[in-house]
Amino acid sequence: MKHLDEYRDGNTARRIAAAIHREADPGRHYRLMEFCGGHTHTIFRYGIEDLLPANIEMVHGPGCPVCVLPIGRLDMAIRLARRDGVILATYGDMLRVPGSKGQSLMKAKAEGADIRMVYSSMDAVRLAETNPDRQVIFFAIGFETTTPPTALAIEAAVSKGLANFSVFCNHVLTPPAIGAILDAPASGDADTVAIDGFVGPAHVSVVIGSRPYESCAAQYRKPVAISGFEPVDVLQSILMLVRQINEGRAEVENQYIRAVTRAGNARAQQAMARVFELRPEFEWRGLGSIPHSALRIRDAFAAFDAEQRFDEPYVTAEGTKSCECPAILRGAKKPTDCKLFGRACTPETPLGSCMVSSEGACAAYYTYGRMREPAA
Amino acid sequence: MNAPPRVAVRRLDLTAGRIDLTHGAGGRAMQQLIDEVFRPAFDNPILARGDDHGMFDIPAGRMAMSTDSFVVSPLFFPGGNIGSLSVHGTINDVAMSGARVLYLSAGFVIEEGFSLSDLQRIARAMGDAARAAGVAIVTGDTKVVERGKADGLFINTAGIGIVPLGVEISGDRARPGDAVLISGSMGDHGVAIMAHRAGLEFETTLISDSAALNSMVAEMVEAVPGTRVLRDPTRGGLAAALNEICHQSGVGMMLDEAAVPVKPDVLGACELLGLDPLNVANEGKLIAIAPAADAAQLLGVMRRHPLGRDAMTIGEVTADPSRFVRMTTRIGGERIVDWLAGEQLPRIC
Repeated sequence: MKHLDEYRDGNTARRIAAAIHREADPGRHYRLMEFCGGHTHTIFRYGIEDLLPANIEMVHGPGCPVCVLPIGRLDMAIRLARRDGVILATYGDMLRVPGSKGQSLMKAKAEGADIRMVYSSMDAVRLAETNPDRQVIFFAIGFETTTPPTALAIEAAVSKGLANFSVFCNHVLTPPAIGAILDAPASGDADTVAIDGFVGPAHVSVVIGSRPYESCAAQYRKPVAISGFEPVDVLQSILMLVRQINEGRAEVENQYIRAVTRAGNARAQQAMARVFELRPEFEWRGLGSIPHSALRIRDAFAAFDAEQRFDEPYVTAEGTKSCECPAILRGAKKPTDCKLFGRACTPETPLGSCMVSSEGACAAYYTYGRMREPAA
Repeated sequence: MNAPPRVAVRRLDLTAGRIDLTHGAGGRAMQQLIDEVFRPAFDNPILARGDDHGMFDIPAGRMAMSTDSFVVSPLFFPGGNIGSLSVHGTINDVAMSGARVLYLSAGFVIEEGFSLSDLQRIARAMGDAARAAGVAIVTGDTKVVERGKADGLFINTAGIGIVPLGVEISGDRARPGDAVLISGSMGDHGVAIMAHRAGLEFETTLISDSAALNSMVAEMVEAVPGTRVLRDPTRGGLAAALNEICHQSGVGMMLDEAAVPVKPDVLGACELLGLDPLNVANEGKLIAIAPAADAAQLLGVMRRHPLGRDAMTIGEVTADPSRFVRMTTRIGGERIVDWLAGEQLPRIC
């Protein structure tokens, strides 16, 4: 872990923070959105806001796969899991997310549904191999980071001739979501937020590269700094954004050069392109329906598509009343603006998805940052 | 006393033999299991009398008692096995009162088909661990359940000890201004177990820190009888133990992240698995809270003991009605050190 030490070094962090204080224009308010939940986690885990001047405000974005999955899709997964002869394989984060009518995968499991926690898509393929009499459905979620492994799992199932493996695909794309957030203020809705710049995704950008953000930066005149997940990375990216804003630039800059190139990882992109194609539109929690923002399995792999194999309809579902997850995911509200935060809704009894995942803004706020609020 | 009549019984096959239901049925087979596996492994005069109980004199003072059940998977792990863990765990729970730990009981729930050689290895590890800690296993119980009804072997141990006069140690005694000390690196046990779990196997040379802390506690309590709190941060790790203490005492804490020792292997594994080392279990470490004036002396005593060589003062107790455990991070920010929500990884002890 020596490699990581330099990106967690206190002296380096303080030096960059001093530069931010020096260069931030006191007459200006900087609203910077970190798109990824991973960055939100780092910001709270290391108390980065304590090192920033008061006029730099970090706005937490929707880059948390568990958080943005609409309840209707989770309900579909629960219904799939309850079918006879099915094993639903899922990442552990999904287990406790509340669905509609107080359901969750955890409750379905306690009531007898066969739901297994896996650490990777290949674990799900192995489950299918070792349970030939059962239908194994992999509950695939995530941005471009987890999509290539799902593609490889489907191809592995093809080459192994597995007739009992399928994928319930919920993979979504980052650039359309950034576009949706930037479109929102123009739409004239109240409850939207103006962002001055983006701390761009780390792992997602390793896959897709920095190029896909360029049209966004140019079209909306907003700077992007692609950032690693360590605290020194985040501080350095904030400094890059402050400089761009001060100089009136709106470019895509890459702080995470140790892992991200302009073109990204071609092999991962090819795997995605072989197996998946764009959905015409997809519903996001908080952001509504966004065109061309998600992936579905190509017809050539229809046999491995759980949505086609099991004919399970999608029904839009409402979340808990007064849960502010949707506005929090748009960056329009902070977790503490929610009446349920820390009272009815805690990591032990989550009412909204943002309190479940470690990448969710409410969970990060509650777990690491709630001492900043006056005692209730 | 007449010698018991000689009965020609074939000895247990401790190489290839397996537990069957008769070994828990209360008949001769169970007696033979006790005589050939447990009694020689635990070997002490109180147990040797062969009663359904252990009988012993009690010294003056107050007694401390604790019990713990062990369901760890896998049963054998780097640095120990379920047997040594079951002895260390209960000794430590009793020792955290400041007590001199005297006696243990041991109850076994064994699954039909369990290997006798493994059982013997585990029993010997228990005997060795108890003797090394100066504690006697004075009574026990054996039950056998049908195949599929238990995952190999579960062990329950209970322990008792005598608290020296003048020692008053409890989780509710932390006061603002007190120093918070830990005896060494955090997360070793949990990561060593995880590294050997099916599906989570990765290269590490890390071993569990499982150890009996009673001899270090005896030296600490003798040097600083005014020690206020002792606790071993097992399940839930340092974070859970400190939060428990804050709730019991109605105080807060301020820690310094840079002072908390975490081995590079543990940090690396935690990165990989998305865990916080402060939430990961330890089985041979303790937290001590003492008045600030005694902290240097206490730290010296801990560091002179082999189990406390890496001891550190990691922070102080604060007045805080919200009872938050706060921490200054490596980069100079601040955060809460919270309880873990949900289960990080089941069956680590």
